Amino acid sequence: MNANDLNKLTTSQMARFAAKGYLRFDGVVPEKINASFLDDICSASLTPSSVKDHYAQIKRSSVIPLVSPGTPLTEAYPEQSALQALLSLPAVAGAVESLVGLDCVVDHHFLHVTFPPTYFNRPQRSQPTHQDSTIDPRQAFDIQLLYFPHEVTVDMGGTRFLPGSHFRVVSEEALARYQNIRGQQHVVCPAGTVMLFHMGLWHGAGLNQSDRLRYMFKIRLCPTKRQLRLCDDSAPISTQPRPIFWDSGNQAEDLNSILTTPEPWFEADTSRLEYINRIRFWRYISGDQQFDADYWVTRVENDYDG
Amino acid sequence: MWRIAGQFTGTSQQVSPVVKQQVLILYLQTSALDSPVVGWSLYDGTAELDYMAGDSAEPPYDTGLAALRDGWRLLQISPLLPHNRGDEFRTGYLKYEFLFEKLTSCKEVDTLIER
Repeated sequence: MNANDLNKLTTSQMARFAAKGYLRFDGVVPEKINASFLDDICSASLTPSSVKDHYAQIKRSSVIPLVSPGTPLTEAYPEQSALQALLSLPAVAGAVESLVGLDCVVDHHFLHVTFPPTYFNRPQRSQPTHQDSTIDPRQAFDIQLLYFPHEVTVDMGGTRFLPGSHFRVVSEEALARYQNIRGQQHVVCPAGTVMLFHMGLWHGAGLNQSDRLRYMFKIRLCPTKRQLRLCDDSAPISTQPRPIFWDSGNQAEDLNSILTTPEPWFEADTSRLEYINRIRFWRYISGDQQFDADYWVTRVENDYDG
Repeated sequence: MWRIAGQFTGTSQQVSPVVKQQVLILYLQTSALDSPVVGWSLYDGTAELDYMAGDSAEPPYDTGLAALRDGWRLLQISPLLPHNRGDEFRTGYLKYEFLFEKLTSCKEVDTLIER
């Protein structure tokens, strides 16, 4: 695919990713690819007897390749496979390139299957909220591509996630104590939806209370060099300073406003730290070390020797 | 002598009140108990109700003070910690955690086991 064919992310989309930690593309994958993927994993022909057996059957019969960490994404999936078709869609390929670059590598992938209650002889529980991997304070970031090949209804317990949580440096399932947080979302989506999570986004699988199996395929992708000015900046968003606190009350949406919009769960004081972390993230991906939004970073960097 | 609730071992049994604990954890917007709730968790030692991640969109109380006024006993609050140099802007776990309990008498069939 020619790089010019990609639908790279706009500056505005990148700003939303910086602020929220995710992007969502509802129904971006055509039904033909969804059907092909579900056929590839033999979802219709298998009659699972147990969770363990079902995974074993899928691994034996499906065409999802075994991929070692560090494999270039361009080499990870067979040319004619549904997954390669999905990754070649201009919107998906463009978003991936905008976030982790064309030469990104696969960390791992996994087919998540969430079973309905009939597969268990005891009450099931949702997956506790967690952050994947382990404590990760880097500025560089990985992404997790979540592919929902079929419609996810409310009762299917789609992935729960917390917008804006991606810059919190925590240790994986240490979060398990947090049952509910204001602003948490549950994925309910049409078939063929793709979501892209910053690696730090807090999330967990919901409880599948339907009578169907729920499938979600996840690929973690890592950059191989500095993520610098990767998005399409042909339609730049305003970064000009604007009056703060004493303002007109009717300011247009710009980079200042996107990066300083709080989430419902932010503490009063740490919301300002989140703005600072977003601004520093923007400096990292834009290369503009002078950039600021509403003076949050300039104010605390305004220091003098002697 | 040990009293173990809810077990049937064939030894002598009796119905007697057993005090069990319900735990409520609220995460607030500031260190003040009367500030708004931003996160919440419930654990019910009486086993009347079962709570889990993602099971509700709205908190049981709007503020910590509202929980206090509803009879929850405050056990612990997060300390206010200094900000270490170089780590001032790092965010992590929810900052303002308030731990409450309620003690509930449950009538259970208890078993008296001689030791």
